[in-house]
Amino acid sequence: MTIIVTPKAGPAKDIEKDASMVKQKEMMAAHYDRLTNVPQTGEKVCATFVPGNLNELIMCFDLVNNLPEVNAIQSGLRRQSGAYVLEAEKIGHSEDVCTYVKSDIGMMAKGNIGPNGKKMPDPDVLLLSYTGCFTFMKWFELLREQYKCETIMLHTPYMGDGKITKNMTDYMVKQLKEEVIPKLERVSGVKFDIDRLRENLKKSARAEDDLVRVLQSAKHKPSPIDAYFGGIYYIGPIFGAFRGTDDAIDYYSFLRAEVEERIAAGKGPVTPDGDMGKEKYRLVVEGPPNYTNFRQFWKMFYDEGAVVVASTYSKVGGVYDLGFRHDPDKPLETLAEYCLGVYTNRSLPMRIDMIANYLNEYEADGLLINSIKSCNSFSAGQLLIMREVEKRTGKPAAFIESDLVDPRYFSAANIKNRLESYFQMIEQKRAGGRAAA
Amino acid sequence: MKTYVGIDLGSTTTKAILIDEDRAVIGRGITNSRSNYSTAARVASEEARIDARFTLFRRALNAGGGKSGELDEFLGALERSFRLLQFLEQLGDLEETCRGQVKGERFAKVEDAVREAIVEIFKRLREEAPSLYAPGAKRKSDFFRDIAGSRYHAQAEDVARAAAIPYELLLNVYDKSIIEVENRPPSGGLSDKFRQALARVLAADSAVKTGSTDVPKTIEKTLDIDLEETYLVGTGYGRVTLPFSKEHIRSEILCHGLGAHMMYPNTRTVLDIGGQDTKGIQIDANGIVENFQMNDRCAAGCGRYLGYIADEMNMGLHELGPLAMKSNRPARINSTCTVFAGAELRDRLSLGEKREDILAGLHRSIILRAISIISRSGGVTSEFTFTGGVAKNEAAVRELKKVIKENYGDVTINIDPESIYTGALGAAEFARRAHLEQPEGRAA
Repeated sequence: MTIIVTPKAGPAKDIEKDASMVKQKEMMAAHYDRLTNVPQTGEKVCATFVPGNLNELIMCFDLVNNLPEVNAIQSGLRRQSGAYVLEAEKIGHSEDVCTYVKSDIGMMAKGNIGPNGKKMPDPDVLLLSYTGCFTFMKWFELLREQYKCETIMLHTPYMGDGKITKNMTDYMVKQLKEEVIPKLERVSGVKFDIDRLRENLKKSARAEDDLVRVLQSAKHKPSPIDAYFGGIYYIGPIFGAFRGTDDAIDYYSFLRAEVEERIAAGKGPVTPDGDMGKEKYRLVVEGPPNYTNFRQFWKMFYDEGAVVVASTYSKVGGVYDLGFRHDPDKPLETLAEYCLGVYTNRSLPMRIDMIANYLNEYEADGLLINSIKSCNSFSAGQLLIMREVEKRTGKPAAFIESDLVDPRYFSAANIKNRLESYFQMIEQKRAGGRAAA
Repeated sequence: MKTYVGIDLGSTTTKAILIDEDRAVIGRGITNSRSNYSTAARVASEEARIDARFTLFRRALNAGGGKSGELDEFLGALERSFRLLQFLEQLGDLEETCRGQVKGERFAKVEDAVREAIVEIFKRLREEAPSLYAPGAKRKSDFFRDIAGSRYHAQAEDVARAAAIPYELLLNVYDKSIIEVENRPPSGGLSDKFRQALARVLAADSAVKTGSTDVPKTIEKTLDIDLEETYLVGTGYGRVTLPFSKEHIRSEILCHGLGAHMMYPNTRTVLDIGGQDTKGIQIDANGIVENFQMNDRCAAGCGRYLGYIADEMNMGLHELGPLAMKSNRPARINSTCTVFAGAELRDRLSLGEKREDILAGLHRSIILRAISIISRSGGVTSEFTFTGGVAKNEAAVRELKKVIKENYGDVTINIDPESIYTGALGAAEFARRAHLEQPEGRAA
């Protein structure tokens, strides 16, 4: 569910690339090359998903991490997902199925060519950390059928009561010990070394500290970052194949330094068209973005002076700003707690609390929900979330609809109309009694 | 005098409202949007200015002691006379344009005959024009395109037969010309047209009864009042295509909310069903929008859907409601998909279902969809206002009242006969407020 690319270059004028952007681009390119070079290097591939991504553990077995949703996002950004989705529908997947799945299936059907133009490798193992999205399970069922490879499922109990109990972590640690680790050892031929895991976890925590600083920088006015559109770039490395690596530590320290510089200079976020103009609206956004028209979508915000100061989507691969860090002192428990805490595994009341707190802590003007047509896991209950948050905070909310990577469900005129109405509504609310009839 | 203009550029029609400094509506104008928003905006606001003149005439004559019955009669005659002049003027333009179209290969050998036919058609149109604007005459539409079109078609058929030339040739000439004429900006000189109209009325009945007032003098004085376009705000789907700067544009959701509040200050929920969208809007005690929902990506169940059904049934849009009202066993129709509607309709007709029952079912399904949008926006808690073109449809209104009662109990439901102007009214008020906020407010 994450995206790991640098923003496409904006207008012809020379854009000064920040050190973090350059670094991320290099990391991504190297990672895709590593994946597509597997036939030569003989490395083994583990496919897994962003929420509940156990990268620290995967690296202990010298496996290369491949994330199908990230590939779907890449296809969306490169405007190829439309054709892939159609291909998947031709094979027999219905119109309402998650479009990440269909983009992935369609991409495989069309030769499985990755963003670097080379063929993506077949997975040697499918590792599903089940964290609230039922579709992921079906997705891997389809992949298992296709690749006939080892499949591992780590079941994460749902946070229905809003808290993690010892029972839950014990249950997960047991699975890790008895199922996940033995199978990974078998597939990779590498013996598990818990000290190696501790080392990786230590690195994760360092990068996580810097990420949280970056995300919380949006409490400044003006906010130096956009925590949704920009946030998607910021979460790339840590949600993907880099958590627990030195690369991630470097990336987040560069990023943090850049953001601190922006704060010192009183600057707003960087957009594809350069520095954003005056900050007029501060929003909290719930739900994934649209990737097929990502820049057009973002532009509808920054053109109007709207900046997203907090988003739930930037928490799908791990919620760190509420205090969780990977802990090398309890390596398996910490992996369990990480999976339990990801956004998609949180109950509706937990999501409501989180959003309402964001609105207050980040002094936002209101909540915007982007409801994804093909993602029931995110969309179910969103209207209830909206009402409850409105009631608790007294701040206005709005609802727009689009899709992840199916270009057919992005209606620019409709979305723009709603966004503009929403911004004007905020404006009007501010004017309040002054304009009252 | 200062006037504030609100223009609502809808997908089907463009509406304009003129209000004065006391927020009183002094003029309303409407025209078809004709895929040319900038002309539509100009035409609608000119129509609103014409209407405003009549309001001012009435105010002046009223002040002069005119009795309201007599005033109505006089102003009615003046308006008919004015409309006739306006019609004849556009007819002249249309004739000239039509004649200009008669050239090229298509017309080889028949060029002269077609030209003569056109002269004859327009002669007849001019002759019958006064009857179109006679007292009590009913017109299905007030848009020039509709009136001129239907009469041209009727006359052309006769003339073509008599002259033994193909009817299609004459239609082709018309089709090409009407677009051109319609998109020509309205010509100036409104005051002169009013004077001529007045002269005609006086010539017909020199003893116009309007109290002791000197009518020509009063009219003349009123014509001298400058209707200054103090501030203009545009809204609706076409707003972004207009050369309005940002300060002159408001979202139609805000405009509808404010417009409904001005009509009914206790309104808390507004439903607007327009040509291509349906909006459910919640507003507070000041007309400020609290929440809204609208149809997504698809215009199912909007005004266009009814237009499509009317076409499929070979009926006029305004005839659907009355026919549906005759039903007492509405069909159960689930789909509001405009594309499927035709198939559903034919299927049911072939099964022997009655036209009125099918239509009643279609109206109900539109309303059910609208109610789902309203409930998503927060439901109905207090006074409720229904606006937009579909609010003129009695069958839709009947279903709405039923469904609201079933879901929300007894609530006050407001439907203003002028509800089509709700968005424009809100826009005009936004214009007034914007001007107050910057006293040097320039017109757009």
